[in-house]
Amino acid sequence: MSTAVDVKTLIIDGMDVSARQDQTVLDVARENNIFIPTLCHLEGVADIGACRLCLVEVKGTPKLLSACTTKVYEGMEVTTDSERLRKYRRMTLELLFAERNHVCAVCVANGHCELQTLAYGQGMDHVRYDYCFPKWGMDLTHPFMGMDHNRCILCTRCVRVCWYIEGAGTKNTSGRGGGSMIITDLNQPWGDSETCTSCGKCLMSCPTGALFKKGSTAGESDRDRSMLEFIVNAREKKQWTV
Amino acid sequence: MDRLKVATVWLGGCSGCHMSFLDLDEFLIELAGKIDIVYSPIVDRKEYPEGVDLCLIEGAVCNEDNLEILRKIRARTKVLISFGDCAVTGNVPAIRNQLGADNATQVLQCAYIDNAQEHKCLPGREGIVPALLKRVRPVHEMVVVEHYLPGCPPPADRIRAVLTQVLEGLSPKLEGAQLKFG
Ligand code: SF4
Ligand code: SF4
Ligand code: SF4
Ligand code: FES
Repeated sequence: MSTAVDVKTLIIDGMDVSARQDQTVLDVARENNIFIPTLCHLEGVADIGACRLCLVEVKGTPKLLSACTTKVYEGMEVTTDSERLRKYRRMTLELLFAERNHVCAVCVANGHCELQTLAYGQGMDHVRYDYCFPKWGMDLTHPFMGMDHNRCILCTRCVRVCWYIEGAGTKNTSGRGGGSMIITDLNQPWGDSETCTSCGKCLMSCPTGALFKKGSTAGESDRDRSMLEFIVNAREKKQWTV
Repeated sequence: MDRLKVATVWLGGCSGCHMSFLDLDEFLIELAGKIDIVYSPIVDRKEYPEGVDLCLIEGAVCNEDNLEILRKIRARTKVLISFGDCAVTGNVPAIRNQLGADNATQVLQCAYIDNAQEHKCLPGREGIVPALLKRVRPVHEMVVVEHYLPGCPPPADRIRAVLTQVLEGLSPKLEGAQLKFG
């Protein structure tokens, strides 16, 4: 037997909490029912700190740190809610809305969208930046799934589930900055992909209306993440013997 | 206190926000006791008056008429509220912006020529049919707006929440799901 797990104690929002040394600030906050907004984080796949929604203040550091990628340490003092954090979270959300074309009224994810829910949760009543109105298309070549680049926030949750849970490696990213996009294989129509197993995990992982099941209405588009959780749990707890 | 002078205006929207306003049901009667509707698609007044306290603006800014009246409204009104998603975000009317620089020409061509069954011609008459703007804009990109009332359309209880606060002399503030778009 190994020695006892190395336990760290830290303070989150004035509350003393203990954590395992391999945990992130986000893990510990969630365990203690402290809400930190997230978009690119998805239970079961590695965090990449892409969306910057989970920024927190850590005493002694002038920078804001992403809770999903910051490991705990002894004596750490974390603030998850402040005027400054609310300001940056709201800015980040507004920039996400301004960057692509989000028309909630006619979106398949309306009412089931993590971006939309976070926006109103953070008090976003309008977007202060000029909308870009870029021209992005859709990929409707797959027989029962579709990709609408207009709604994509480039969180790469789909890429990570496709690589690390399904192991297919179909979904990828290409380009830089505002021109970045999610592609299938080496940027070919989804329907032509030979690597895609049509498992639908990317669709289950997507926080917005970017990936959807063809022919389903907004009312039916509730994401079923229980399957993803089931697979990840089974793998981590070694419920499948090989 | 003087009765509040309230206006409502319908720019580039579907009138759904105004329908939702009518959906206030018996609250409308309470409102009628406290405010005067001085200009609105539902009252018969041709010219936007001076000295309006509050104006609810439905719709995005799509054409020259929208822009002209909006500027007049701003000059003659104390408090503007962007009323509904088209006013707040551009929403559906602004989808044409995605078509690029000549989007106005393209949508007219599509609606009045390519898909018309008969009388294929572009609508246009000097002084009657206003020209489309190059780009559809949310209201706050063109004039200063004090408050936002999102929703497509905003549900009646949301409109009521805002109006109640205004009538109580408060600066209206919506929170949480009351701010949901769509
Ligand atoms: S993806 Fe979400 S935020 Fe974007 S249009 Fe759809 S419902 Fe609205
Ligand atoms: S359906 Fe499965 S294999 Fe195909 S792109 Fe999505 S996650 Fe990858
Ligand atoms: S398609 Fe969905 S899951 Fe993939 S990057 Fe875009 S928003 Fe994220
Ligand atoms: S959830 Fe941490 S950066 Fe996206």
